[in-house]
Formats: sequence, structure tokens, C-alpha cells
Amino acid sequence: MSRNIAALVAGLIFGFGLAVSRMVEPAKVIGFLDVAGRWDPSLLLVMAGAVGVMFVAYRLIVRRPKPLLAAQFTLPSKLEIDRPLLLGAAIFGVGWGLAGYCPGPGIAALGLGTWEAPVFVAALAAGALAHRWLFERAAPDTGAAASEG
Amino acid sequence: MEHFTPVSALVGGALIGLAAAVLLWLNGRIAGISSIFSGMFAAPSADTVWRALFLLGLIVGASLYVALNPAGYTPRAGFSPGLLALGGFLVGFGTRMGGGCTSGHGVCGVARLSVRSITATVVFVLAGMVTVYVARHLLGVQP
Repeated sequence: MSRNIAALVAGLIFGFGLAVSRMVEPAKVIGFLDVAGRWDPSLLLVMAGAVGVMFVAYRLIVRRPKPLLAAQFTLPSKLEIDRPLLLGAAIFGVGWGLAGYCPGPGIAALGLGTWEAPVFVAALAAGALAHRWLFERAAPDTGAAASEG
Repeated sequence: MEHFTPVSALVGGALIGLAAAVLLWLNGRIAGISSIFSGMFAAPSADTVWRALFLLGLIVGASLYVALNPAGYTPRAGFSPGLLALGGFLVGFGTRMGGGCTSGHGVCGVARLSVRSITATVVFVLAGMVTVYVARHLLGVQP
């Protein structure tokens, strides 16, 4: 129960931060990716703020023997730079550049009244399910431990 | 819409980092949104409820900010639904193949100094830049 409330609170802060940073506006994202046009470096500062806080917090948190509300930390275990990582990141980048949304802002925008969010999220689900049908049928869901998220 | 928005970008980014820290500190989990989202389509497990609540929080949190500050959000107008759907499909497929998105690789992985995540982040940012160049400047299909 407390873990569910913790996840809700983390989601609320994350969604609030996405809106504050205006990353829920795909024009801002495409403005960052458009290095040949009128470049908008805002996304770089969003990443700097997020990574800066998490960089310090991560080091303080994983020093503890376990999380406050769970039995252990569930961290990504993979280390190798393999073909799925490179190809998957490239495919993601192409989709991100076309749509202007990555998963977080697309989902967060579902409550903002734009028709774009439900279209994007439906397509996002279709893409994730297509990958599952093609590549994950033999191996059932192993949870967050194997991937970065 | 003003162009470069450094203050809101840094403050919003810090909140995103704080949210990732809260999820790790309390639940020991990485705030990787593509994994949390695709986990909703897996067989129901002990993770299903917290994942759903995290995603609900994302939606409510963004709505709350826009309700408090309506001038802080400008929806895009006149974008092609086909381009949006194609982009969304590739984002869904690619993030599963690559094991993460902007949050899991870009924020959490980079903060952990994971070489895998730093590599993925460089690749998806460069691919996004090339895509916008081709779609907007060469083909003219993106407004």
C-alpha cells in the first residue's frame, strides 16, 4: 500500500516537472532536435537539472542497505553495448524526432486536452506490443531488473 | 511562445530528477517510463498497481501544473495524425528493443554513469536530430 502511494507521489512530481519544463509541448522538443533551424537548447537544461539531482541522490540512496519501503533495489543489470541497444535507441530517436514526444510527455499530456496525446499513446502501445510479439514470446516479462526503463 | 526557456527547463528538470530519486529511495525502482508503461500490458503481477499509479500521477501532475498556470502550456496545432502515429509506434518499438527511453536511459542511466545508457542517449538524440533535419528541412513534411 505505502509503495503504491510512493509511486503515485513520484509520478505526480514527475508529471508536474514535465509540464513545468514544457517538455509536454512537442514543439519544444523538436526545437531542440532541430539543430539546422532555430535551435532551442531548453531540453539540454531539463536533462542537466534532472541528471544533476539524480546524480547526487543516486549516490546517497544506494549507499543504504535497502530502499525505505521495499526489500531491495531493483537496478538494471545489463552492461554490454549490443545490437538491440543501438538499433532500439536509433529507432526510438527516429520516432521521437517525427512525433516530438517520448513516452513520459506523451502519457503526461493525456490530461491536457490535446488530441495528440491519445493518438501518440495508442501508437506507443502498438509499438511496444509489436516488439513483444516479435521478440519476447519465448521469454516472459522479467520486469524492470533487466532494462533501464 | 518564447523560444529558449532556461529557468523553467532547469526547475522542471530538477523536479524530474527529484521524482526519480523518490521512486528509488522509497521503492528501489528506476523511473523508466517506457518500461513502466509496457509493464501495463504484461500479465498482472505485484508491480501492476504501482505502475498504474505512477502513470496516473504523471497525467494528474501535468494537469495540475497546467490548471495552476494555463499560460504555461501551448498545445501544437495542425500536426499530421499519420506522422504522430508513425512516430509513436517507432518510439514504442524502439524503447522496448533498446531497453529504455529518455527517463530510464537519459536521466536515470546517465546519472548512474551507465555506459549502456550514455551510449543509448547519444544514439537516440543524434537519430532524433537527423530525423528532424530530414523531415523538416529536406522533405518538408514536418511543420
